[in-house]
Order: sequence, then structure tokens, then C-alpha cells
Amino acid sequence: MKPKVAFFDFAGCEGDQLQIANLEEEILALLGQVEIVAFREVMKEHSDDYDIAFVEGSCTRLLDEDRLKQIRKNAKLVVAIGSCAAIGGINSLKNYKDLDDVRKTVYGDQGKLFDTYAARPIDAVIPVDAYVYGCPMTKDEFLQVVKSLLLGKRPEIPNYPVCVECKKNENICAFDRGQYCVGTVTRAGCNSCCVNEGTICWGCRGLVDNPNENSHKEVLIKYGQTVDDAIAKFRLYFGWQEAKR
Amino acid sequence: MKDMDLEVHYVTRVEGHGNIYVNVKKGVIERCEWAIPEAPRFFEAMVVGRQWNELHHITSRICGICSIGHTLASLKATEAAMGIQLGDQDLKLRKLALHAENMQSHILHLGFLVLPDLMGVGSVIPLASSHPEEVKTVLRLHKLANEMSNLICGRTTHPQRLIPGGFAKLPTIKELARLRAKLKESIPDLQAVAGLIKKLASKLPDFNRETEFIALTKKEEYALYDGDLASTDTGKAPIGEYLSHTNEYIIPISTAKRAKHVRDSYMVGALARFNLNYDKLSPMAKQAAALFGLKPVCHNPFMNNIAQLVETVHTVEDSIKLIDEIEAVGMQMQPDYYRPDIKVKAGRGIGAVEVPRGILFHDYMYNQRGVCTKANCIIPTNQNHANIELDMKALLPKILDKPEKEIELNLEMLVRAYDPCISCSTHYVNVHFV
Repeated sequence: MKPKVAFFDFAGCEGDQLQIANLEEEILALLGQVEIVAFREVMKEHSDDYDIAFVEGSCTRLLDEDRLKQIRKNAKLVVAIGSCAAIGGINSLKNYKDLDDVRKTVYGDQGKLFDTYAARPIDAVIPVDAYVYGCPMTKDEFLQVVKSLLLGKRPEIPNYPVCVECKKNENICAFDRGQYCVGTVTRAGCNSCCVNEGTICWGCRGLVDNPNENSHKEVLIKYGQTVDDAIAKFRLYFGWQEAKR
Repeated sequence: MKDMDLEVHYVTRVEGHGNIYVNVKKGVIERCEWAIPEAPRFFEAMVVGRQWNELHHITSRICGICSIGHTLASLKATEAAMGIQLGDQDLKLRKLALHAENMQSHILHLGFLVLPDLMGVGSVIPLASSHPEEVKTVLRLHKLANEMSNLICGRTTHPQRLIPGGFAKLPTIKELARLRAKLKESIPDLQAVAGLIKKLASKLPDFNRETEFIALTKKEEYALYDGDLASTDTGKAPIGEYLSHTNEYIIPISTAKRAKHVRDSYMVGALARFNLNYDKLSPMAKQAAALFGLKPVCHNPFMNNIAQLVETVHTVEDSIKLIDEIEAVGMQMQPDYYRPDIKVKAGRGIGAVEVPRGILFHDYMYNQRGVCTKANCIIPTNQNHANIELDMKALLPKILDKPEKEIELNLEMLVRAYDPCISCSTHYVNVHFV
């Protein structure tokens, strides 16, 4: 029997679920291996009987915790897909602000109607079995994680910084170009896709497990950049991870 | 006399979570509401304190489906604030970026989200085995749109190459020429999709409710990347006056804001653009419209699906034309890791762009260090929420004698016709018959 899989989303942009549609012809191959029983974005049918739950988006309010816990109860495996679910992601930018001010900024004096708390990855609420990092997650890594899970193996996710891939791709270092880049401490696995396209690493895959802070400080000193520059860029995606450390 | 409590929690096959609540007692409609329970994300607060060269990266994350559109609206707002002018080639490439996203989004909506309703199934999944050729045609077009995004933007979702003042990296003219060849080859696929939908078009309810349509408009072209503000009720206005059109307000049952102009609601999106700018459509797009008897001004919201199809044809034809034009003057290349020289200054900038679901506004204030001090983003789906609910209220009495399942389907199809993007508008759709 094919394993039953389900997709869910919380606070996020649904860009990770979009990558499923972007698999194009490979969707048909995927459908040969798994049975999709719940995927609100593309199907009307819904079943709570599933083996693997893929969850996109951060948890940003108390009332969403029950839904997450129910998903955990129903599923044998829970996989966090995309930065928001895996590390808290861009949503955690608001964690640095006074949440009453945040609500007021967007909804004015009716802000109190809209419940919110510090954005967090789903493993701050429920145990998670596997992660597909990235904003958005890459299709290849998603397929690789699915294959590993179907074979009962632990997915292999790089635990070294983006710099390793970036050097291999022979990019000119962003620091040498006078820009600030967080590739030195960000988990690789994206093949340094953003630097390859002419920009910088923004840190969307989160911190590596043991970021080499001393060497990062050396880089900052060497290129005359300030700790404030670094902290500002760290906050784009690392908000929750930074708070936890 | 009928009693009915209908509650569709999380309407499916839409982007995000929305609920429909219908309550009928002895044949009298007591409640008919469209509510958004999606978790709000507070982007307008999150960008305050961030640098001018980060805003497009952050606001792209408002929505995965229209990330290119958000990036472009954001860049235009920043560029307006800093007084940055773009070259002609960059403008053409940005128009191609927008075309790529509109095509991707429209095909996804028509082929994956709407087609199942027309074919009487719950999703595209069973169609993969019952109608493999049709599904493969849709997938081919979808893939082509994504190839185009990849080529112009460096990625399909959350683009990388688009930066303030231009592009960090350019496609080569050879790559553009290859894309053009593929666009030309896709025309039979487009005709096949049009033919398929034509056969099923009688399933779209014949329902009309007069409303106001708002979109960008431009003398020279079918306005998508820029133009003036246009309304079917009040005519043209400069973009700077957008707040007097959108008038956002909050209702307690929804985390998404709503908007109204001169009536209780208005509509944005493909049908609004079609209604306001029909004359500027490409020749084949006009033929596609004629196939369905679609003429401006059309007040049937279900025809938004057909307007999307018409726009997809326009996108392909206009993209071919844009590449021809770039080729004719000769592609200008730039250094690797290009960063335009920008003088940061204080000021306000507004960026308005037509994205798949309608007109999108980003409006920022910067201080002299280029730090954002205030932001306002007005999302197409928010502008449509009130119109969706008023359509539901007008449609429900006409279909009240039908079985409950059919009523539910019709209401869901109505919501889906707007292709709502609730991640954008906060982020969700559900129907509750309570």
C-alpha cells in the first residue's frame, strides 16, 4: 500500500507547497509512490488518516497550536517544509518588536482583535521528524527527503555553511564586492543559489548546527563591517534561532 | 421552506484559508458571509526599521504565488522614493518577469484549481489518469511559465535577480531567443486548453451583478507593469490618489482587510483588466475572448476564469514581441554581480503593479539613511473580499432551491473564480453553513 501523505499550512506564503506544483512532470512520478489524502490548496477531499504530514508556515498564535498537535497525533512522521516551519523564518522579524505596536501598526485601534505571539518554527510546538529548509524549499531537496523517508532512512541534510558551495561555484565573495553576506554561518544545501544569481546569501536556510562565530567575527573585522550590520542581517531569518541561543 | 446551515471551513483549491457561512431559516437567508481566519503576518510592521535594499526581499515573502509581483511593486515603490529611473531594456525584462508570473499563476488556477469543478471531480489528481493528455498539456504550459521566471528572475518563487535600479544578473540574448522559440511552440497547447475549457464553459453559472472594476490603464499597452489608475465608474486618476480608491476597513470576523470605492465593493483582477483595457489585448487574445463571447464590460464574476485564459494568450504573444524588441536594438550586457549606483535619500514612494489577482500597491516612507519608517501594502484579494461576499449574497437567493451540495459547490466556485490569494491578504478560505 502506498503511504498516505497530507499537506498543511500555517503562517506563511504557501510558496513551499507551490514547489510541489512546480515539480511539473515529476508530480506524476510522486503520485506513483504516495497517496495524497489532504492538500487543501489543490483538492477538495480531506482525510485525517495519513502517515506523513508536510507542514508549511510558522506558528504565530496560540489558537493554531491545537491544529498542529492534532496533526502530530494523526501522523507517523511530521516534516517541516520551508523556512517558516523549519526555523521560524521571516515571520520572526516581528519578534523583535513590541507585539501590541505591531498589531496597532497594521490594524490600528482594532489591533486587539487580532491574536498573535512571537512567530516560531513548528518544532517549538510539536516534535518534528524531518526538515526541508529554504525559502522557498528546493524541489530537489524535497524529493530527496521524501525518498529517504519512504526508504525508512534519515534524510542527509548538509551541516556546513553555504560558503563551501559558493566557493565550489567559483562565485566572487560578496564581502570582496563590499556587501554583507550570511553565507558564512548559514546551512548549505541550496547550492548557493542566490549568490549564483548575483546577490548575497540572506540566511533563509537557518544557522548551521555549530556556527563558527569566531571566524565570522574575523571576516567582519577583515572587511571593516560592524556587528550591527551582522545582527541586522541575522534577524531576517534567524530570529527564533537567535533567541533560543 | 428550506432550513440550511452551511459552514465551509477552509474552502479548498484556493491559496490560503477562508470560510463561507450560510444560515437559512424557513427559506429566509439570515447569514451569508465570507470570512478570513488566516493567521495575520504583519508585514507592514516587520519592514519598519529595515534597509531600502532589503524591502523587496522581505515583502516577496507576503505571497509565494505572486512573489514576483510583490517584488516588483516593492522595487517600484523604493525606486520612486529614491528617484531612480530604469533603462528601457530593464523595463522590458521586468515586463517579461511579470508575464511569466501571470502565466504561471493563471495556468495553475485554470488547470489545477478550476478544471476539477468543470469536470466534476475533487482535484486534478484523478484527472491525471482519466485525462492524461489534457493534464500533460497544462503541465507543459506551467513548466514553460516557470522556465521563463527562472530565466528572467533567477528563480520561480522569491526571485533573486530583481534588485533596486535593475537586475543583479541578466539573461543572454541567446537564452531569450530560445525562450521565444518555446513560447511560439506553446501556441497549440494554449489552443488545446482554450478548446477544452470551451467545451466545459456551460458549467460556469450565468450570473451577473453590476459592480465597479478597478485596474491600471495605459495608452500604449495592456497595462500590467505600470499605468494610471482606472475605474469603470469614475474614470482615470493618478496612482498617487490610490488611497481614495481603496479605503481599506476592518471587520471583526476577518483577519483580512476589505476595500471599497464609490459602491459597497469593487473588483480587481483579470476581468477588471479585461473590462478596462480590452482594446490593448493582443490579436490572438481577442480571438480567445471571442471564442467565449466575452466582451467588455462583463459583470459575471465566473468569467474571471475566462479573462485569465485570454490574458495567458496575451502574455505569450506580448512576451514574444518584447523579446523581438530587445533583440532589435541589441541586448546590452552588464558586469557580473551588478549593483546600480543609487543615491539614498529620504522620501515616499508608491509602486502599483497588476499581479495575477489584480492591482497591488506598495507605499513606503524612507528616512535619509534609507531606513523604512512606514509601509502600506494593499493586496488585490483584500480589494475583492467585499465584492465576493456581495456576489454570494446576490447568488444565494437564485440557487436556494437547489440541493445543499450544489449550493455549496456554486458558492465555492464563486470564491474560486476570484482566484483568491489569502496568504497575500493575510493568508486563508473555508465555507461554513452555520
